[in-house]
Amino acid sequence: MSEHKAKEATLKVYRGDGKEGKFETYKVPMEAGMVVLDAIHYIQANYAPELAVRWNCKAAKCGSCSAEVNGHPSLMCKTRMDHFEDGEEIVVQPIKTFPLIKDLVTDVSWNYRVNEKIKPFTPDESDTKEWVIYQEDIERVQEFRKCIECFLCQNVCHVLRDHEKKDGNEQFMGPRFLVRAAGLEMHPKDTADRLEYLKEEGHIGYCNITKCCTEVCPEEIHITDNAIIPLKERVVDEYYDPLGKMIKGIFGGGKKK
Amino acid sequence: MTSSIESIETVEHDVIVVGAGGAGLRAAIEVSAQGLSVGLVCKSLLGKAHTVMAEGGVAAALANVDPEDGWQTHFRDTMNGGKKLNNWRMAQLHAQEAPDRVKELERWGAVFDRTKDGKILQRAFGGHKWKRLCHVGDRTGLEMIRTLQDRGVHQGIKVYMECTITKLLKDGDKIAGALGYYREDGRLILFKTKAVVLASGGVGKIYSITSNSWEYTADGQSLAYEAGAELIDMEFVQFHPTGMVWPPGVRGLLVTEGVRGEGGLLTNNKGERFMFKYLPESTRHEFAADEKEAKEWIDAAIAGQKTTARRPPELSTRDNVARAIYTEVKEGRGSPHGGVFLDISYQDSDRVRKKLPSMYHQFKELADVDITAGPMEVGPTCHYIMGGIKVDADTAQSKVPGLFAAGEVAGGMHGANRLGGNSLSDLVVFGRRAGLGASEYAKGLSAMPKFKDSDVQAAIDELDAPLNRTEGPNPYDLHKKMNEIMSAHVGIFREASEMKTGVEKVRELKKEIAKVRVGGGKKYNPGWHLCRDLKNLIVAAEAVAISALSREESRGAHSRLDFPNLEDEKWGHVNTTLSKDGDNMKLEHKQLPEMPDDLKKLFENK
Amino acid sequence: MTEAQTETKPGQRPSHPDITQRKDAWWGEPATIATVFISFIIYATYRVFENNYFESGNFLSPFYSPKLVFDWWKFSPAILILWIPAGFRTTCYYYRKAYYRSFFMTPPACAVDPYGKDGYTGETKFPFVFQNLHRYFFYLAALVLIFLWYDAVVSLFKPEGGMQLSVLSIVMFANCFFLSGYTFGCHAYRHLCGGSLDCFSSCTKAKTRFKVWEFVTKLNEHHMGWAWFSLFSVALTDLYIRQVCTGAASPIVLFQF
Repeated sequence: MSEHKAKEATLKVYRGDGKEGKFETYKVPMEAGMVVLDAIHYIQANYAPELAVRWNCKAAKCGSCSAEVNGHPSLMCKTRMDHFEDGEEIVVQPIKTFPLIKDLVTDVSWNYRVNEKIKPFTPDESDTKEWVIYQEDIERVQEFRKCIECFLCQNVCHVLRDHEKKDGNEQFMGPRFLVRAAGLEMHPKDTADRLEYLKEEGHIGYCNITKCCTEVCPEEIHITDNAIIPLKERVVDEYYDPLGKMIKGIFGGGKKK
Repeated sequence: MTSSIESIETVEHDVIVVGAGGAGLRAAIEVSAQGLSVGLVCKSLLGKAHTVMAEGGVAAALANVDPEDGWQTHFRDTMNGGKKLNNWRMAQLHAQEAPDRVKELERWGAVFDRTKDGKILQRAFGGHKWKRLCHVGDRTGLEMIRTLQDRGVHQGIKVYMECTITKLLKDGDKIAGALGYYREDGRLILFKTKAVVLASGGVGKIYSITSNSWEYTADGQSLAYEAGAELIDMEFVQFHPTGMVWPPGVRGLLVTEGVRGEGGLLTNNKGERFMFKYLPESTRHEFAADEKEAKEWIDAAIAGQKTTARRPPELSTRDNVARAIYTEVKEGRGSPHGGVFLDISYQDSDRVRKKLPSMYHQFKELADVDITAGPMEVGPTCHYIMGGIKVDADTAQSKVPGLFAAGEVAGGMHGANRLGGNSLSDLVVFGRRAGLGASEYAKGLSAMPKFKDSDVQAAIDELDAPLNRTEGPNPYDLHKKMNEIMSAHVGIFREASEMKTGVEKVRELKKEIAKVRVGGGKKYNPGWHLCRDLKNLIVAAEAVAISALSREESRGAHSRLDFPNLEDEKWGHVNTTLSKDGDNMKLEHKQLPEMPDDLKKLFENK
Repeated sequence: MTEAQTETKPGQRPSHPDITQRKDAWWGEPATIATVFISFIIYATYRVFENNYFESGNFLSPFYSPKLVFDWWKFSPAILILWIPAGFRTTCYYYRKAYYRSFFMTPPACAVDPYGKDGYTGETKFPFVFQNLHRYFFYLAALVLIFLWYDAVVSLFKPEGGMQLSVLSIVMFANCFFLSGYTFGCHAYRHLCGGSLDCFSSCTKAKTRFKVWEFVTKLNEHHMGWAWFSLFSVALTDLYIRQVCTGAASPIVLFQF
C-alpha cells in the first residue's frame, strides 16, 4: 500500500461565521473518483469535526451541498477532484448571495418565503373525470420539475447576488421560482393566472437574460430559454402587445385553454 | 452550558410530525386538512428528505397498462414478496388505497409520465406481476416530494427546518411534547403537543455501504423505543441488489431498479445471464424460461404492446437478486471492482437517456461510464429496513397513546422483504392514515397534556454532555467502527457465531458512545450532531443484531448460512418484537395477526 | 497525517473584495464578442453611409433590400430599411445576453461582479423596457426576409434575359437560409406559433401549432449559432456584392443559358 505515496490535494476552505472568517488550508489524500464533498468529509473526520457543511444524498439529487469551488457555483458532490490540475489549490467557499451561518452553510430561508407567494396549482374543481393528458402536453413542465432546489441559480443571478433585489417592492423572485411559475403556468390543467404577479411582484423584468442561471444548473434545465423567456413573452402578451390583444379580442382566444 | 427551561422557545401544536419526507408531509397535510394546527419538524431543509432519492416509481394497481391488475393482485404480490410476514391488514389497505393516493398526487400537481392514450404510465418492477409503477423518468421521489411540499406550504403547515428532535416527552403514558434543537446554532425548542407522528425514515447509516444519506440515523425508531413503543422485524434489512461499486466515493449509491424494469440485463464476467439460475422454485413459473422469451417481453414492453411472454429473471425480488449477485462475486465471477454487470446499452441510446436520465448523468459524471455505450458495475447496498415501530394498521398508532408512525420508520407493512415501488405508495397511504389517526386522537383529548420539567432537564443534560467532556472518543471514529461491525457480522449472509460476536461488539461500542466527546461550540457543528445521531444508531444496530440472531431461518432479506431454509412451521407466524426493559432490550416472538379467510383465498389458486 | 495548516487571511466574506474568485479566463468570451460586434457595427455603418456599390445587375446587397428610393429622401436608402434588422437583433433574446455581458457588464460573466451595483432596473424602465417589442420587429424582419429571398431568386436571371447560376447567387441563397433559420428560430416567434398554449393535444385542436412549435424549438435551441452565422453571412454577402460592384471580384458564373 505505502509503496508509492498517494497523491495529495490542497484545499483552501472558508472558515467563519459571517462576522469574521478566514481560509484554512488542508491536505487531503486523493482517491479515485473523489469529489470535493468527499474531501470536505475527510477534513471533518480527520481535522475539523465542527466544519459546517450541508449535504444529504451525495448523488446530485437533493441539492444541499451548493458552494463555490474556485469561484464556480457548483454542487460539491458533483465536482470531481480529478478535474483540477495536479497541485492546483482548490478554493471552497459558501455561496455568496445568502447570509452566512457558518463555514460552508448559508441561510437560504429567503427562498422558501418567496415560494409561498406563488399561487399554487389550481385545477378546475368541477373537472372530476380521470385526467387525460398526453405526454407532449407535459414534456415542458417535466423539465422544470427536475429542479432539485440547490439554489445555485439564485446564487449566481446578479440581480440577487449583486443588486440584492430581495426585499420590499423591489423583490425579484429569481430563476428558481420563475421555473416553478413556468411549470404551473404551462400545466395543461392549471387555471390560475400568475402574470400580474410575475410582472408586478416577482419583477420578471429585472431578469436581463444573461443566462448564468442556465450555466450553473446541475439538472441542465434550460432555465432562460424554456422558462423565463416564454414567461416574459406571456407577460408581453398581457402588458406590452396592444395589437395582439386587440386581435385576440376580435377573434377570441383567451389566455387559458 | 445548561439553559433554564423557562428561557427555551416553546411552541404549541395539536400534532407534531417528525420528518418531512413523503410520509411526514402527507401526514402534516392531512392534519392540517382536519383543521388542526400542525408543526412539521425536519433535520434538513424542506424538500431534501430521502424521498427525493426514490427513483423507480410508486406502485399502485391503476391497471392503466396491464388491465388485468387490481388491488388483490397487488396485495398478493406484496405478501408474497414479504414472505407472508407482513401485517395483512396494512398490506390490504396499502393495495386498496394506493391508486387513490396516486390520483390525488396528480390532482395536486404531480406530472407523471403518460401512456399513449393519456393516462398515467406504469412500468414493471421486481416482484410485481403486472406493470404497476407510476413514474416520472427516474426521479419519481423528487416529483412526489415537490408536489407534497408545495401543497403543504400553501396549506399553512408550520415547518421547523434543520431541527432535530432528541426526546419525546410524556404525561404519564401518553405523549405530551418533544424537545429539539436547531442545527443552525444549537438553540433548543420545546414542543407542547397532543400527538406526535414519527416519519423519520430508516437506519441505513449503521452500515458502511448504503444508499442512505446521513439523515438515516434511526431517530424515530430510537425515540419511540425510548418512549416505550415496540419495534418489530428489525432483522429484515433490505440490501438493494444494484448499488454502484466504483468509484469508492459513491460506493453504495443507488442504481434504480428501473434499469431492470426497462430491460437491463445482469451478467457475470463470463457473460452469463446468471439470474436464470437463482429463481426460487415457488415463483419460477412467473418468469421467462430462456433468453428468447425474456427478449420478447422486453421488446413488447419497449413497443408498449401486450405479450404472452413472461418477465425476465432480472425482475425477481430484491432479496433474491442481491443474494445472487453476492454469490456470483464471492465465487469469482464478478466484475473488476467487485460487482456484476448491468447492461442497458443494447437499447436505443435516446430512449435510455429519456427513461433513465439521472442514471445516465450519475454514471457519466461520477464514474466516467456512458451507460448507453457500455455496462454498469453494480453490487448490493443497504437500502431499507422493513422492520420498525409496531403500529396499528388502520390508525398507525403505536403502543404509546398519541405516538404514531408512518413510512420506513413503521414496521409490518413489508414483512420480510419490500417490493420496489411499494415504499413511495406506503408513504402516502400510511402518511395520510397517520395524519388522520393523530388528528382523531388529538381531537379526543380535552386538554393539552403536560410533561415534567425534570424530563426536559435530563434530556438537555444528555444532549450537552459531549460538548462538556474534556476527553472521550471522536464521534466519526465510533461511527466508522459501528459500520465495520455491522457490515462484517450482520451483513447480507448471517451466521450465529458471527452475529454473537457482532452483538458483543455492538454492546461494547454502546459504552464507548456514552463517553463520546466533541470540540467546538453549538453553532452548526456536525460533529456534535453526529454524537446525537450515534445514540440513535446504536439502538438500531443492537436491535438489528439481536433480532437477526434470534430468527433461526432464512426468510426474505434475512439469510442465514446456518439455517438456509424457510421454516414456516416455526417462524412463519411470529414477529420478532423488541421493547425497552430498563437498560436492556427485551426480545419476544409474538404472533402475527391472522389473515381472514376471504384474503386467504387469494393465495389458493396460484 | 498532515496537520491542518492555518493560514491567516482576512475575512473574504461577506465582502468578497475581489470582483470574482474565478481563476479561468472568464473575460475571454465577452471581450471576443465585443470585438466582433464593434467590427460589424463599424463595417455596417460605413456601408450604410457609403450609399454606393450595392447593386450590380440583378445582384442587390442585403443592406439595401428592399430598395426604397424616393424623391424626398436624400440620404442612403439603407437607412430606411436597416433599422428593421438592427431593431430585430437589438431586441433579440440572444443578442441581449451577449451585449448586456460584453458592453454593459451586467454582469460580464457568471459569478463576476457587474459594473455598477446601484440603480439596476433590468428591463423594467426606459430604454430597456422596449425590449418587450421584440415581436413587432420579428413581424417586420420576416417581411424583409421575403424580399431577400426574392432578391436571391432574381439574381438567377440575367438583366439581358436568360438565366445563370453564379457563386454569388449561391452566397445570397445561403444568406437567406441562415437569416431564415435565425428569424424563425426567434424566441418571440416560438411563443407566438405555439408556446403560448398550455395544452398541445388534449385540450384544443392545437396539433398543427404544436408541430410548428416543435420545429421552431429545434431551431431555437441553436439560436446563438443562427445569430452568428447569419450576421457573418449578411456581412459577407454585402462585401461580395460590393467587390463585384467595384470590379474587384466577379460573381463567378458557373453555367448559364
